[in-house]
Amino acid sequence: MKRFLAFVKKEIQHIFRDTRTMLILFGIPIAQILIFGYVIKNDIKDVDIAVYDQSKDEYTRQITNKLTSSGYFILNRELDNMKNIDRIFKEGEVKLVVVYENNFSKKLHAENNATVQLIADASDPNRANLITNYSGAIIHDFVKDEFHIDQLPYQINSKVRMLYNQNLASVFMFVPGTMALILMLVSAMMTSISIAREKELGTMENLLVSPLRPAQIVVGKVTPYVLLSIINAITILVLGVFVFGLPIRGSLTLLMLESVLFITLSLSLGILISTMSPNQQVAMFISLFALMLPTLLLSGFIFPIENMPKLLQWLSAIMPPKYFITILKNIMLKGTGMAFVWKETLILGGMTAVFIILSVKKFKLRLE
Amino acid sequence: MKAAEIHNIHKSYDEVKALGGISMQVEKGEIFGLIGPDGAGKTSLIRILTTLLYPDQGQASIFGMDTIRDFKGIRKIAGYMPGRFSLYQDLSVEENLNFYASIFGTTVSENYHLIKDIYQQIEPFKKRLAGRLSGGMKQKLALSCALIHKPDILFLDEPTTGVDAVSRKEFWEILKNLEEVGITIIVSTPYMDEAELCDRVALMQEGQLLDVDTPANIIGKYDHELYAVESRELHQLIKDLRSFDKTVSAFPFGDTVHLATQEKLRRKELQKFLEEKGHEGIAVQSIEPGIEDCFMNLMRKQNDE
Repeated sequence: MKRFLAFVKKEIQHIFRDTRTMLILFGIPIAQILIFGYVIKNDIKDVDIAVYDQSKDEYTRQITNKLTSSGYFILNRELDNMKNIDRIFKEGEVKLVVVYENNFSKKLHAENNATVQLIADASDPNRANLITNYSGAIIHDFVKDEFHIDQLPYQINSKVRMLYNQNLASVFMFVPGTMALILMLVSAMMTSISIAREKELGTMENLLVSPLRPAQIVVGKVTPYVLLSIINAITILVLGVFVFGLPIRGSLTLLMLESVLFITLSLSLGILISTMSPNQQVAMFISLFALMLPTLLLSGFIFPIENMPKLLQWLSAIMPPKYFITILKNIMLKGTGMAFVWKETLILGGMTAVFIILSVKKFKLRLE
Repeated sequence: MKAAEIHNIHKSYDEVKALGGISMQVEKGEIFGLIGPDGAGKTSLIRILTTLLYPDQGQASIFGMDTIRDFKGIRKIAGYMPGRFSLYQDLSVEENLNFYASIFGTTVSENYHLIKDIYQQIEPFKKRLAGRLSGGMKQKLALSCALIHKPDILFLDEPTTGVDAVSRKEFWEILKNLEEVGITIIVSTPYMDEAELCDRVALMQEGQLLDVDTPANIIGKYDHELYAVESRELHQLIKDLRSFDKTVSAFPFGDTVHLATQEKLRRKELQKFLEEKGHEGIAVQSIEPGIEDCFMNLMRKQNDE
């Protein structure tokens, strides 16, 4: 036990003396969560629009007001002809132009029909889609409120309610994903690098020619990173809750326990990587490519798994982050308990066991 | 019981043969030197003895413990100082020493008497990070760390390579003191002059053993006459001496050439030969052979076979 503690102490000294390690451990997670939270957004806010109002009557003003007071749109400018639209889009600020036809109110009263044209900048197709959907919905809302149109005899109104994430805020999606990504990267990469470093610098030779058992070396290496990763997980959650207003509807204890399980899994994966890499560079390379890309692409973090080709769906089934993200979303957003995540938990537990067994088997007691 | 028994050890890395059937025995309590140039197989042999490598063939044991089966037992009683400085550069002198003491389940104060002479020299810098020490100090720290658990046998892989002459001399004095405490020391070195400081040496060349004996016996076995020859043109001198009909071998040795001959030379004869070749400032002196001369001689004989 004393040997083990001495080992852990040494490891902590390594971590705290290396500014680069500290930066990777704490700087990157915070930066990443803020970047993902603020920059990568699927929802819209304060989009600049231009209005070409040819009738300038009561209704068109009301619609424009409703658009700009929604919080989604800001009136950038008013236009007086159609010619400038192309130029305005090219300037880049305005993403949507709203064009009301002549005699809008009159037509609406006389013919029960008036046209408003929405012209969107579709150089970013997803965004253009979102913008036209949002603006279309607002206009539709206005008409309904204003005229109480229920006159059609048969009409089916679909009322959509987005459960667990009413506003479809993308932060809710990115925080769990980023948490999985960061824990995976930091835990796996840092342990694999720190073990590979002992090999590279030759200190592993000294450790091997000592009565330390491999398990003592490995657990001693990993322990500080477990603690640091838990701190990281807490930091991410705190940022998610207080900066992005993410709810934690389920049990916080369960959430932390699941996080610890996932951290253990990532660390054992890191050890496995280190047994295969002769030096720090290889360890880093494997960690980044074998972990980061699949986590980003195949875990359902960014792209929905259901839409992938079958082959990739199978691949995603062996990606640990996939299960962790599911667990996180279940606990945080839906507020469910163990009864709903036991399957994922079991899978993660099984993967951890496999990685640990493999890495203990592969850990070399000798130099070759 | 022997401190180390090595029987017909073979070791290859892919195509490269590092050790080709080495057998020798190391007595308890002696300083045993593995002497040979780079690539002789010294490091491979030490790594096999410290249980870090498997031999391809053959067995070795340390105090009766087999290096493969009983590796755990060996790791408890062996101290090892690798050829490359391999302590933690980002830990201080003191922290390194404490760490190595604790992983062997001991404390610095318990065995302080063993390392006192060495450690006192670096103690003023105990707060300094190991990476910022000078070469000589690094080596003293590494030796302290290898000794802190009071090993029965100490393996030192080229401990004096890249260390200045004064530190080298000090280092050997330290080893002599350790021998008095009863620690068996197996040390490798490419410096032939250090061979004479060992109790017994193994001369190694390209994975083969040239001879194992005490330095005095090895020198005693030298079977040629040896002369130190000087002239202004060292390079030409070697060439000319090699064409001299009584020459067995001629090797540069500092500013002189060591000339080995089958029989005693008359100095005049050689002088005349060299003058005819146009050499100036000629000096010929009969000398006693050193280990390096013996090594060259054995190496030449092996190559002839």
